[in-house]
Amino acid sequence: MTLNPLIILVAAVFTHNIALTYLIGMCPMLAMSSRVDTAAGMGVAVTFVLAITGPLNWVVYKLLLVPSHSEVMSFLVFIIVIASAVQLVEMLVSRFFPALHSSFGVFLPLITVNCAVLAVSLFVMLREYTLWQTVTFSIGTGIGWGLATTIIAGVRERLVLVGDVPPDLRGAGITMVIAGILALAFIGFSGMVAIQ
Amino acid sequence: MSLRRIAYTRPWRTFVAGFFKENAVVYQLLGLCSVLAVSNRMENAVAMGLGVVFVVTISSTLISLLRRWIPSQYRLITYMTVTSTFVIVVDQFLKANFPVISSQLGPYVGLIITNCIVMGRQEAFAIKNGAWLSFLDGLGSSLSYVYTLIILALIREVLGFGTLLNIRVLPQSFPPWVVISMAQGAWFLLAVFYWGFRRVAKLRPVEQE
Repeated sequence: MTLNPLIILVAAVFTHNIALTYLIGMCPMLAMSSRVDTAAGMGVAVTFVLAITGPLNWVVYKLLLVPSHSEVMSFLVFIIVIASAVQLVEMLVSRFFPALHSSFGVFLPLITVNCAVLAVSLFVMLREYTLWQTVTFSIGTGIGWGLATTIIAGVRERLVLVGDVPPDLRGAGITMVIAGILALAFIGFSGMVAIQ
Repeated sequence: MSLRRIAYTRPWRTFVAGFFKENAVVYQLLGLCSVLAVSNRMENAVAMGLGVVFVVTISSTLISLLRRWIPSQYRLITYMTVTSTFVIVVDQFLKANFPVISSQLGPYVGLIITNCIVMGRQEAFAIKNGAWLSFLDGLGSSLSYVYTLIILALIREVLGFGTLLNIRVLPQSFPPWVVISMAQGAWFLLAVFYWGFRRVAKLRPVEQE
């Protein structure tokens, strides 16, 4: 793997957006995309947590699991690392940055069950990224998820003005259609960079 | 007990509620990532579905049995530990017996841990109810996930690749509808399924925001 970490960053945000092309992190996306400020706050929180847990899991995997031949345990270890990191971040933020905590602190506990966070560690493991690649991939994934969620929230806010959605399609249904259209638009980026 | 009597018992109603009215995917909006991602081929859908049934039923039952000993402030981490253990079992089983499917599913097997159906049923049901009811509740919810996956996979594999379980069912002259097998098509198809399901099941419409 000799991919430039910056290429991975761009790819994770645009061409291989985790939400739109891998369909990961959907549940929180549907739940958090009713207002732009909530969506953006969640996006920041996810990016922040990913920037910590992605590299942390890489270190744990390479220095702890591989030498002891216990790669089997990776799922269990990753999720425990994520849960404790989230808890730690919440305590630190509320202690030292109370203003920040009041703006996105409420989202932090929810992040443990955001599939995107665990998925990053699993992708890193499968693709055998180096530490720098892991760092940019984690941050890019967070930004990409936040971007997609915020755009969808923007469209949903406007949707109220038009407001003629069939009753059975309201809420999550129409959000899926919006996400589909957005995903089609993101195909436009696909020639830019290629990773695998 | 006659069939009619069974239909009114609590275990039966628990099972049916999860299986149909409260369809995990459409009604509770749980487990969407994997529904969209693995429903492009029938074999992946079936493997993933069985994995989820196994994890949800076993972990719900176990949480229910342990519920008196789980301190409430540590319950989330307990759910995750129990769930990950069974997901590791599924992952190792697939790797050993079905390596092709395992590599196609890639990270999505591991993501069963954060599949909200698992934790959703543990938190909403298993922590408060007995083991037998929790088992049925988990079984009903996860089977609703399975048939949703199978319906979507049926449409996507036939139209997207012209095959079913890798056996060709449409003539070669039929042009494959590539987009339906991609993520973009999955979105639209799930929206249509959501629409149709809510109409057929006569679910209460969502309030206009």
